[in-house]
Amino acid sequence: MIQGLPEEELFASGHRACAGCGAAIAMRHILKAAGKNVIVVNATGCIEVVSTPYPLTTWKVPYIHVAFENAGAVASGISEALKRQGRKEKVLAIAGDGGTFDIGFQALSGMIERGHDVCYVCYDNGAYENTGIQRSGATPKYAWTTTTPVGKVKHGDERWKKPMPLIVAMHRNCYVATASVGFPQDLYAKVKKGLDFKGPAYVQVFTPCVPGWKIGSDMTIEVCKKAYYAKVTPLYEIENGILRFSMKPEQFIPVEEYLKLQGRFKHLSKKEIKEIQEHVDREWDRLCGLEGKKIF
Amino acid sequence: MPGKDMKLKPGAVIDEPGSSTKTKTGEWRTLKPVVDKKKCIKCGLCWLYCPDACIKIKKDGADIDYDHCKGCGICARHCPVKAIKMVREENGKSN
Repeated sequence: MIQGLPEEELFASGHRACAGCGAAIAMRHILKAAGKNVIVVNATGCIEVVSTPYPLTTWKVPYIHVAFENAGAVASGISEALKRQGRKEKVLAIAGDGGTFDIGFQALSGMIERGHDVCYVCYDNGAYENTGIQRSGATPKYAWTTTTPVGKVKHGDERWKKPMPLIVAMHRNCYVATASVGFPQDLYAKVKKGLDFKGPAYVQVFTPCVPGWKIGSDMTIEVCKKAYYAKVTPLYEIENGILRFSMKPEQFIPVEEYLKLQGRFKHLSKKEIKEIQEHVDREWDRLCGLEGKKIF
Repeated sequence: MPGKDMKLKPGAVIDEPGSSTKTKTGEWRTLKPVVDKKKCIKCGLCWLYCPDACIKIKKDGADIDYDHCKGCGICARHCPVKAIKMVREENGKSN
């Protein structure tokens, strides 16, 4: 064990992720939590593209690549088949924010609603990064992407990020958690809990994208820490319907300190930064209001 | 890497786990992390944050797999005792 995590790597070197990829760091720790006795179902997305250049693979556990829209459905099927055969393998579905918030949403919703024993992990890098940075339902407001350009008329994305963890939680009877790759031990514990939970679990991991967010390749973890202290990525879990923060900063920083690290936000005016600050504060207060309460 | 004689398996199944290590992604690197093993306290933070699983914590300190390290620099930024320095690849032969 190093830093409280197992040493064995189940996500090998040699994958084609960009230097400093946040999602690649997340995959290492997600697989450490899952161990060898797992079947991974991976929707199309960054991680699928970089980890399975045929005929090579980065995965050291059984792995199936499925289309963008059906990770939830395929994972449901595998889980039921294993149950019928009396086998004990865990099922881990992995998809990006495009394959979760947008395209894979109905398969995920069906999986949670039917109550399959699957842990679904969404690595959220806030856009369709590997196809050329197109906006997704997870793109934050005012962020630059190639489909939400910055010019005289438009100033980046026009909508707030979809509150996916709460949407999933409202399906009821599931385990929901948010994590950040800047805090791998917390991520590890939540994925482990999600896999052990009898029923559907959803873990959403915040994973910075170096080219898409226009940050330096060494800034991935730094951005995560700033996001945490600026209330952008609250780290909480919803277990048995009760919302609880797993970590909470004692002191906050202005959201501007998080925004100014990223080229995708460099066009922001003072007024827009203020609007983002107000939104972040409002969402934080909403979560704090729910803390310790039974929300389903 | 696959040659002309590569045969497709039924269902395009890949039966060699972790075979991507055959690709030497270290070729991408422009900056190279060099560890000063005298300073290294073996805390494992560089290991924790490495996107390419390239760092092992050995008895004498952090050990970097230069065949696969892409030189992102996360390890150097987060080393609490500044034992890792990023040097230009062509000047990095000291290690």
